[in-house]
Parts: sequence; C-alpha cells; structure tokens
Amino acid sequence: MSVLEIRGLRAAAAGVEILRGVDLTIASGEVHAVMGPNGSGKSTLSHVLAGKPGYTVLGGTVTLDGVDVFALPAWKRAQAGLFLAMQYPIEVPGVSVESLLVEARRAAGGDVEGVAAAVVAEAARIGLDPVLLERSLNVDLSGGEKKRNEMLQLAVLAPKIAILDEIDSGLDIDALRAVARRVQEATVESSLGVLAITHYNRLLEELRPDHTHILAKGLIVASGGPELADQVEAEGYAAFLPAEAA
Amino acid sequence: MTALTADHAAALGGPDWLAARRTAAVARFATTPAPATDLEMWRYSRIDRVALDTLQAAGPAPEGDAAALAASVAALDPVATIVLVDGRLAHCDVDQAWVSKGLVVGRHAEVVADGAHFAALEADEELDRFALANVAFGTDAVLVHVPRGLDVDRPVVVVEWSEGVATVGFPRITVVAEDGAAVAVLEVQRSAPSAPLTVPAVDLVAGRDARLQFLTLQDLDPATDAVGTLVARAGQQATVRVGVAAFGGRYARQRLDARLDAPGATVDLVAVSFGDGDQMVDFRTCQDHRAPDCTSDLLFKGVVDGRAHSVYSGLIRVRPGAKGTNAYQTNRNIKLSDDAWAESVPNLEIENNDVRCSHASTVGPIDDDQRFYLESRGVPPEAAEQLVVTGFFDEVLDKLPVVGAADHVRSRVADKLARSAGA
Repeated sequence: MSVLEIRGLRAAAAGVEILRGVDLTIASGEVHAVMGPNGSGKSTLSHVLAGKPGYTVLGGTVTLDGVDVFALPAWKRAQAGLFLAMQYPIEVPGVSVESLLVEARRAAGGDVEGVAAAVVAEAARIGLDPVLLERSLNVDLSGGEKKRNEMLQLAVLAPKIAILDEIDSGLDIDALRAVARRVQEATVESSLGVLAITHYNRLLEELRPDHTHILAKGLIVASGGPELADQVEAEGYAAFLPAEAA
Repeated sequence: MTALTADHAAALGGPDWLAARRTAAVARFATTPAPATDLEMWRYSRIDRVALDTLQAAGPAPEGDAAALAASVAALDPVATIVLVDGRLAHCDVDQAWVSKGLVVGRHAEVVADGAHFAALEADEELDRFALANVAFGTDAVLVHVPRGLDVDRPVVVVEWSEGVATVGFPRITVVAEDGAAVAVLEVQRSAPSAPLTVPAVDLVAGRDARLQFLTLQDLDPATDAVGTLVARAGQQATVRVGVAAFGGRYARQRLDARLDAPGATVDLVAVSFGDGDQMVDFRTCQDHRAPDCTSDLLFKGVVDGRAHSVYSGLIRVRPGAKGTNAYQTNRNIKLSDDAWAESVPNLEIENNDVRCSHASTVGPIDDDQRFYLESRGVPPEAAEQLVVTGFFDEVLDKLPVVGAADHVRSRVADKLARSAGA
C-alpha cells in the first residue's frame, strides 16, 4: 500500500505563483481525477510532482510513503515509484524505448535481461505496432502512438503512483480507450494509484475515477465522486470558479 | 633526420615524374606564407601553435610494430592492409586473389609507371602549406587502384602510426576507382604521445559510375597535432562517400574538398567528432559544384566536453555552369560543458539559379526537455547524457562509409562518454 500525500503545495513558474495550496492524497489502487479550466495549474501540478526544471516550490510538502519527494532529483522520484505520462512526450532522436527502459532498470539495480521481452509484450497489450519499437522515442509517432508508448513505459516500469498529464489530448477514441483500459487494469493488477489530470470528461468516461477534484486558480475548490465530473461536463467550470477579487 | 628544405626534397630521389612533382611542390611550399589566424581559412584555428618548420623529416620506419598494427585491424577482414609508420611504408599485405583480378595496392612510385593519378590533389591551386609539404617531402605515397568494373567487396585498410620525436610524417593515400569500379578504404590514424605532428593527405578519384567510399578513423594521441587535407573528385554518375570519425589529437584539423566536376555525380560527406580535455577539432569543407545535375550532402555532428573546442567551417560553391545542383549542409554540435566551445560557420556561394541548396547549423547543450524526459523514467543524469549523445550520433553512424567501422566508432563514443562521466 502506497500513498502520495500532497499538503499545502504552493509553486511558481517564472516568478508567478500558480499553485496556491493544493491538498491531495492518492493511495494505491485509487483513481483521482483532477479537472480544471485552462490556466488552473493542472500541468504545473504534474510537472512540480515529477521534478521538471523551471518551477519553484514555495511551500507545502509532498511525500511518497513518507519520503520527501522534493528532496529527490527527478530520476530518483521515478525510482521511488512516481511516473509522469506526459501531455507532449518529447522526441529523443537515436534512442529507442527499449534502451531507455534498460537504462532505467539498470539504474534501479533491476534485471535488464527481461526488458526486451517486457517491451514486446506490453506493445502487444497496448496495441502499439512492434515496428514502431525500433524508432527513436516519439519521433514520427502519431498522437495516439505516443500515448500508447507512454503506457508501454508505465507498464514496464510498474510505478506505485502514475500522474497522467492530459493524456487524453491529441489522440483518437480508439487510442483513448486503449490507454484508459491499460491504466484501469494496472490499478487492479498492480494496485497502481492514479492522478489523472484532464480538461475534459472524455477520459473519465473510459477511466472512471473514485474521486474527482476541481482545480481552479491553483486551489482545489471542490472534491467528490465520479458524479462531479459529470456535473462539469453538463454545466462547465463557471460554478466552481472563485469570485474575482475586486 | 633532416630539415624540411629543397635539398632534402631533391635528395629523396625516385622516378623522374616524382622528382618533378617534388620540385614544383617545394617551390610553392617555399613561397607560400605560413598560415595565420587572420586568414579566413585559418580563422579560429590553433595553427600558430603548430611549428612545422622546426620539425625534421621522419627517417626510415622501424620494423617492429608494423605486424601488430596490421593485426589490430584484421577483424575488418581487409582485402589489403598497409601500415605507414611516420609516413613510411612498413607493411603491405594484399590478397593475391584480388591482385590477379587487377587490384593494385602499394607504394605509388613502384606500382605505376607515371604519376598521373596524383593530379587530383596537386592540381589544386589552393593547397595550403601543409599539403604542399606532404607532396614535397612525402616518401611512400600509397596508391589503391581499382581497374574498370572491378567491385572490391572487402575494405582496404591503411594504418598510419606516428611516433617520431621532433619529426613530422607525411602519410599519403591516393585511391583511384576507374569507370564502374567500387572500393571502400579505411584510414586509421594513431600515434604515440612522442609524435608532435602528422600531416596526412588523401586524394580520391572516382571514374564514371564508380562507387568510392573512404573513412578516416582519427584516434591520435591527445599530444599529437594533425593537419590533414583530402580532395575527392567524382566523375559522371559516380558516387563518393567520405566519412571522418575524429576522437583524438591535440589540434586536429581536417580539410575536405569535394569536386563535383562531371554531370550527375554524388558526394556524401559525413563526420562525427568528440573532443574533450584541451582538444581542438577543426573541420573545413568545400562542396564545389562544377558540373550540372550533381548532388552533395554533408552531415557533420560534433560533441565538445571539458575545455575542448571545435570549428566547423563549410562552403557550398555552385559554379555558373552547375545547373540542377542539389547541395545540402548540416552541422550540429552539442556542448557538454560550460567551458567547451564550438564554432559553426556555414557559407553558400551560388552562381546559378537552378539549384536546390540548404544549410543548417546548431550549437547548444543537451536539450533540457530530452534530459527531463529520460530522467523522469528513472535514468540518472550521466546515463541520460550518454543516451542523448549516442542517439545524436546515431544518424551519422548509419551513414558512415566502410561496413564494420560503425561498431568501432560507437565504442569510441562510449569510451569518451565514460571518461566524461568519470571526470
């Protein structure tokens, strides 16, 4: 049983405070959806948790099973069991997904022998053409292929907690279903905890959340069950937005 | 050992045609001013630290190491193996089955009756003083001659070893692929720390429809300077691929001139380089389109680490008659440390309207987003850097001429990166 605990998280990008005190607790096997309009701080939340350069933590704490996440560089956060599925996976010329995962496994002191077979098996499971495994990471992949490739990496790395940063952007309905199904299965098979950040309800129709949170202007302004996502879909975000300061 | 003088050149002997070429070159050598960094050709270079005129000509090659040097490249299964020690021929072994098919490999002055094949390099009016010194003082120029229509399917390997103290060697390789012939030649440059300077020269001549590949593996000791010249001439519909993999040397300069002087010729130029410590890698290229419908494609990728410097200066020249030219030039550089420095200077000189040309050049550190992507999967920074750099070179390794050389280049890149991570 693992727990990612976010308490009073405040963070800034380019000198502007984006997250103004976020509290979230994600445990193994749970799916938490964080929804919010553009500019609410969704991507900042995922980037700060994963350790992407360019953000400043102003206050609050984040722990994974009691370990201070902010004391770790990005690669050690990954080793500790955090995984970030990116909205825009980066192209890395000349590096295959297998060589990436071999290096990740090696750094973690794991068995690198089994990586090649795991990559092939997970590619089949997520519906990624094995020909694409030979390509450079994310180079010349379609939107859907990139996201299937993110899921392949998630499956092979088997993290404790996965942060999905707008994983539903730029992919067709078949890919969306495949991605959502794979995440759902991981919550059951390996008790993966999920923080799914999304703008739309579309993902959540496939990946039903146990908890839904509305992020607005850097604060969690509402939390509830899956019905909250349906309410956003029907009514929009306006009802959740704090009144503008005069 | 003797100084680099006209008397020394005259005393080297050889057939009349060779003596005549030496005399002409030594006259040009004597009247050509020493290179200076205020000339564009030598801008950014460290040529002022290369004291050619204080060095002596290397003496006869010692016999000892030649067999071991030849054995070191046996895995490539060469059709011929030549070892030059300080520019002197120390070993020459040619597969007799190929000799009987007409392949000629050996000391130029001994294997042909005249010096017609030397014309490619020496006809060049812009030869610098170092290349002229090679012509004037070089003793054991190697000729690889492939007769019309012969397809040599295994590489010719020339190992150039430099070791002389306070001497300079002048290795020279001439490769001639006659009409319809095909050959791949690998030049391996190595040295002992005692060797101050090597001045190699290469001329490549591809006849009509010929396919000629030439790769230089520059693995010199980091105490040795090198000032090299290569001129490639591609005939009608010929394909010439020239590659350089530069890892060693203190100041390692290589000039590469591609002459496309018959219609439909193609020349590809590719290079990988990795400088660290206080090394400097210096490439000067010219893609000279002198005939219609030719294609030249250049892709040079370099990494600088530590306090290393690199220079890439390249010119695409399209002469008035060269309509239908396709000429491309790409130079990309990664700086792995703040103290490393890379200069990239692409130039176009186009005198015909019916051309397709492009040039691109970049210098920068490893992309932050790429680094983060790999690190976010649990890959530590040093391993992420190794993955990105290896991947950066991958595109060039796929295009390197001479089958079997890419693995060696890959392992040299890994060595350099391991040293970088350990530093």
